[in-house]
Amino acid sequence: MAERMGFFTDTSVCIGCKACEVACKEWNQLPDDGFVFEATSYDNTGMLGASTWRHVAFIEQSRPVRVEGDEGSVDRWLMSSDVCKHCTHAACLDVCPTGALFRTEFDTVVVQSDICNGCGYCVPACPYGVIDRREGDGRAWKCTMCYDRQLGGLEPACAKACPTDSIQFGPLDELRERAEERVARLRADGHEEARLYGESPSDGVGGAGAFFLLLDEPEVYGLPPDPVVTTRDLPAMWRWAGAAALSMAGAVALAFLRGGALPNHQASVRGGTR
Amino acid sequence: MRTEGAAVPEAEAGFRSYYGKPVIKPPVWHEPHMPTYLYLGGMSGVSSSMAVMARLTGNHRLARTARLAAAAGAAVGAALLAAELGRPERFLNMLRVFKPTSPMSVGSWILAAQSGLSAAAASADLTGGLLPAAGGAPLLAAAGDAALLATGLTGPLTATYTAVLVADTAVPAWHEAYRELPFLFAGSAMAAAGAVAMLATPRAQAAPARAVAALGAAVETAAGTVMERRLGMVGRPYREGRAGRLMGTARMLTAGGGLLAAVAGRSRVLTALSGLALTAGSLCTRFGVLEAGRASAADPAYTIVPQRERLSAAS
Ligand code: SF4
Ligand code: SF4
Repeated sequence: MAERMGFFTDTSVCIGCKACEVACKEWNQLPDDGFVFEATSYDNTGMLGASTWRHVAFIEQSRPVRVEGDEGSVDRWLMSSDVCKHCTHAACLDVCPTGALFRTEFDTVVVQSDICNGCGYCVPACPYGVIDRREGDGRAWKCTMCYDRQLGGLEPACAKACPTDSIQFGPLDELRERAEERVARLRADGHEEARLYGESPSDGVGGAGAFFLLLDEPEVYGLPPDPVVTTRDLPAMWRWAGAAALSMAGAVALAFLRGGALPNHQASVRGGTR
Repeated sequence: MRTEGAAVPEAEAGFRSYYGKPVIKPPVWHEPHMPTYLYLGGMSGVSSSMAVMARLTGNHRLARTARLAAAAGAAVGAALLAAELGRPERFLNMLRVFKPTSPMSVGSWILAAQSGLSAAAASADLTGGLLPAAGGAPLLAAAGDAALLATGLTGPLTATYTAVLVADTAVPAWHEAYRELPFLFAGSAMAAAGAVAMLATPRAQAAPARAVAALGAAVETAAGTVMERRLGMVGRPYREGRAGRLMGTARMLTAGGGLLAAVAGRSRVLTALSGLALTAGSLCTRFGVLEAGRASAADPAYTIVPQRERLSAAS
């Protein structure tokens, strides 16, 4: 197994150019998403999906921020390039019944399109709403962290195209260290709101392979504040289902034993026709 | 009436989101395929249990009805599931691996066993009557009975695994309900199977079917009540909009049909009314649960608010 590779997306330097979205579509030959803008923003892809593997979110906030040497204030504009988190405990991979979703040697999560039968189970399983089924094609699609490029020793297309290094690709351990330094510096500079998202191996998905530096609450960017892999509760779910199955069998047996004893129930007497 | 999109205004719920867009993806499963399968799978599973008990207690007329219902339910249900796939021609990929972490994988194996065994049990029963008694009939009947006995195991699993199937997702109204959903589904399945057997068996032999139906209606009503009470805010999709109407209708039909089943006795009219009400009630429950899941995925409140509360409780 090679080293675990990952993305660190530092949204504090994102300029919203969408070079990552375009590079991803070019390299992976993804269909367009239509050209409808969200609300009054520049977001025309809305959220991640079968054909949108990088999604740049635009958040216009009327909350004022202090500007050096200026008593006035400007509105804040947040931009962030979202992507599949390549979870340590990936719900999509856990629930896939065909084995189409698998974990690669880079510790990323990839769909094998020649095996996926489009059952769609992975779609509502992902706690981040990443993976989706492509209409017409019938199969599930999502970011592969450019598995093919990685196999060839290249960095993913989005990271390559990002002009500000907002998207950084590398060994996950190194990225985590770099991110800690970056967030410490931003905070020292007075950006108290800077925080990391998805970097901790102790979170509900065991840590994300693609994590973020955010300047506001995760939900503002369309991210769940405390995602948990659904399969964590699977043993408990089976226990409750087992109890229900047993109760059901018991109730049916009861119905027959009681029903068989009813006086007017002659048919339960042995000797019915075969 | 608030039904779609951000049903809970952000200010009122006190949470923030990205333009009110959902955080998770809604389930891709279609109507009527998926909810009809949930109904048929449940009906098939409980019919198998009934067929086993009817066979053991010597109620052969009821056993035959239940065998046929079990086989038909599993076969049509499996066909609906295959049609639901994005790539139906690849449906056999379901049996490519056995994955304990995937309820759909486990369920595919359960359903494969249930449909094979129930088909064997039913066809042995049907062809047994046609063969001359001296021929292979006893052998065939024994094989059919063995298959039938095995459905005593696969039946209850078929009727309840579907609750794990929907609960093992990020959909709040499903996942948070993983304790009650198996009982709701088991009750709904008993009501459904009891109803079919009541309608398709001479009334003199259908007393156990009426009892199964009445018990099922009681279990379903109790489980549904407990579930909605315990879920609190996350349970709102079961009470509001289209899902709420479906669940409310299901509640009335099931309770009414269950009461009728308990008093129907050999009355033709009451049996018909009860059987139809319970069938419609079970179908409404399945459509309602699917729709509630979709509504709870479409509204970011159900994803974000409970997670925020969890975070603030932890800190
Ligand atoms: S973010 Fe979703 S699609 Fe990506 S690995 Fe995690 S569960 Fe799978
Ligand atoms: S849609 Fe494809 S990738 Fe997703 S769970 Fe089904 S088989 Fe697996």
